[in-house]
Amino acid sequence: MKKVMQGNEAIARGAWEAGVKVATAYPGTPSSEILQEMTQYKEVYSEWSPNEKVAVEVAAGAAVAGARAMASMKHVGLNVASDPFMTLAYTGIKGGLVIVVCDDPFVHSSQNEQDSRNWARFAKVPMFEPGDAQECHDFVKLAFDVSEKFDTPVLVKGETRVCHADSPVVTGERKESAMPLGLDPKVASKYVMVPANVRVRRPIVEERMKKLEAYADKFKYNKMEINDKNIGVITSGAAYMYTKDVFPNYSYLKLGMVWPLPKKMLAEFFKKVKKVIIVEELDPFLETEIKALGYKVWHGKDLIPNMFELTPEIVEKSLKGKAYKAPKVRVKPEDLPRRPPNMCPGCSHRALFYSLKKLGTFVFGDIGCYTLGAAPPLQAVHSCVCMGASIGQAFGAGKALGQEGLGKVCAVIGDSTFLHGGVAPLMDTVYNKGYSTTIICDNRITGMTGLQEHPGTGYTAKGEPANMVNYPDLARAIGIKNVRTIDPYNVLETMGVIREELNRDEASVIVTENGPCMLHRREKRKFQYPYYQIDVDTCRGCKACLEIGCPAISWQEVSEADSMTKDGKKRKGVVSINKTICPGCGLCQQICKFEAIIPGQA
Amino acid sequence: MKENNNVITNVLLSGVGGQGTILASNILTEVFLGAGFDVKKSEVHGMAQRGGDVTTHFRFGKKVYSPLIKYGDVDFLISFEELEALRYINWIKDSGKVIINEQQVLPPAVNLGQAVYPPDVEKTFKKFFKENVRVIKGQEIAIKLGDARAANVVMVGAFSNFFKFKEETWLNALVGLLPKKIHELNIAAFKEGRKVL
Ligand SMILES: Cc1ncc(C[n+]2csc(CCOP(=O)(O)OP(=O)(O)O)c2C)c(N)n1
Repeated sequence: MKKVMQGNEAIARGAWEAGVKVATAYPGTPSSEILQEMTQYKEVYSEWSPNEKVAVEVAAGAAVAGARAMASMKHVGLNVASDPFMTLAYTGIKGGLVIVVCDDPFVHSSQNEQDSRNWARFAKVPMFEPGDAQECHDFVKLAFDVSEKFDTPVLVKGETRVCHADSPVVTGERKESAMPLGLDPKVASKYVMVPANVRVRRPIVEERMKKLEAYADKFKYNKMEINDKNIGVITSGAAYMYTKDVFPNYSYLKLGMVWPLPKKMLAEFFKKVKKVIIVEELDPFLETEIKALGYKVWHGKDLIPNMFELTPEIVEKSLKGKAYKAPKVRVKPEDLPRRPPNMCPGCSHRALFYSLKKLGTFVFGDIGCYTLGAAPPLQAVHSCVCMGASIGQAFGAGKALGQEGLGKVCAVIGDSTFLHGGVAPLMDTVYNKGYSTTIICDNRITGMTGLQEHPGTGYTAKGEPANMVNYPDLARAIGIKNVRTIDPYNVLETMGVIREELNRDEASVIVTENGPCMLHRREKRKFQYPYYQIDVDTCRGCKACLEIGCPAISWQEVSEADSMTKDGKKRKGVVSINKTICPGCGLCQQICKFEAIIPGQA
Repeated sequence: MKENNNVITNVLLSGVGGQGTILASNILTEVFLGAGFDVKKSEVHGMAQRGGDVTTHFRFGKKVYSPLIKYGDVDFLISFEELEALRYINWIKDSGKVIINEQQVLPPAVNLGQAVYPPDVEKTFKKFFKENVRVIKGQEIAIKLGDARAANVVMVGAFSNFFKFKEETWLNALVGLLPKKIHELNIAAFKEGRKVL
């Protein structure tokens, strides 16, 4: 059957056809749809894992039991999962184990831009790189066979323009794996990575790499296209698509497997074409390796940028140099007002950050929608590094500052992020006698990446009711004595509680309550009024309510005729509230000193 | 000179989140795939958010490689919002065709009185693309039909005039993608759009 599919959908489909039994993931752009799609297949156990390390471990356990298993994540997810991943390269697998890792060149939605191909070389495992949805489907399917054939985890690399692009896919049917399920204690030495066994496995890893190198030369998705013999391009994935589009007549060596490299094929290609250009996104990964083999590369990273994503235009401009004719500029895009990302109207994070801003504390933030609290006008988040970092950083800053810092530092972390990487640093905070305050902004779901369930929501990936982590109980169990809950929409109460805990010379945890994500499908906060409106006669246009950056609130200059309030105060403008998007959270109403924001009627 | 007869048509759809660019591009996908073309489509947007700008690159031809249109190579711009049309004006070929929905969604800086919404979007486009620019009251038409959200389908109706497919082909794609209870509305929206251009 031929169907248009998104790359991620095709990855899930390919894995399903390959007989995958266990699929795990922690959400992250641009990988999240893989597991979302997988949940529709009843033959597959699919889960949102608490983090990527756990996702890889669960999949690896299933593989040891003989099942085909897949873990998917975004590029930085593999940093988290790198510990099991690096050693799984030694143990090998039993049932096929595929790890899908999706890069985000240009950092559309991430905390850094890293090139995951380096993991393949680092861990000594093969990596496939599809360039469109058909290849996603085909490569993933084949990855399971290769995994079992060579007894290794296989990496499949996605990226934004592959994961999130749609194109036709010819699909097949599911075939159950022939591998019998079961655990065999007799092969323990293969799986018990103590030094004596590691030293046995270590050479096997190298031998396997040699075999994979030979296999790379026969790999059917490493393809040579000989056209114009003057110029040959070595490339892969999306970079191939862009280059082929702009320079259809060049010759190509398109690598479907980017590690290890097909040495014979490379030799043949260098013989067949006069000059070789390497077009790759991000690091000079292929270039470094190919140069190390002794080949002369005509162009590579001397022309192609080593950061941000490639596009057809960038490839053309880079390779043509002065001969490139830029399209004419009719309007300068930088002169046009932008639409920067913002929290939704009514979002409980906005209310929390307003209080934090008023308190003037330094906020070690974390990763999620609440990171948007760093943007103007709130600018209430002062650090964001990686999932869970807020808690350790706030604790560490407190240790550095001593009594000087008391009352001035806190960590703000989302519910999903807290469960991902926040528990261990919180333990450190209380164990090593820190005083920092940790605020868990529990919006009841993984918001930023599109509303995925997690261990605190009470539902599984497939929507079945499940255990629900109780944050206050968890905090108390690890020894936090000061555990408070707040209604983030109540500014006075929130400020009071946070102030008290900030000034306490002991670790505290504050959990926000009844502030579900505005896009949450199951849980909704019931606000007292359907929306708020402006009493135009009273509004002084003072702009205090603009401090929260609510998309529903706008300010317009007034004409001379309107330049007075009813009680005779001069004003330059007035505020209005867009009632179609105002959910009535009432935050702005608490800020207005002139009682000019009043409840609207349904 | 093997592949130079591989003519690709590039359609850029732009708008703001919630305007239905995705449905519109899905209709195109169905129609052109059904007609035997290779197709590629990618949505390009920043972080998850409401009200942000959204664009979709849609390409069809004998064999499409890149999921992204090359800057300057757009044959058709379908824009659901005026500022979001202007943002992509440099992407269009001189011979390109432009359909703009007459609607302004004010960006935050304009709402806060810190920037002005660009005036005369239509005039700017006409200066460069002359009679190849059509501004359509998609929003108004959709509201008359009973639901502003059908403006996207009005736009697709207008766009359909550039191709020789039968009306039926488009309608089949449309109904295949929508739940039954909104078929009638959207069929009407499509037909209205097809009439205005
Ligand atoms: C290691 C890692 N994995 C995944 C992500 C992707 N990611 C960014 S924010 C986020 C979800 C945050 O959810 P939550 O903490 O509940 O905050 P919310 O967005 O709901 O406010 C995820 C999964 C990431 N940035 N880093």
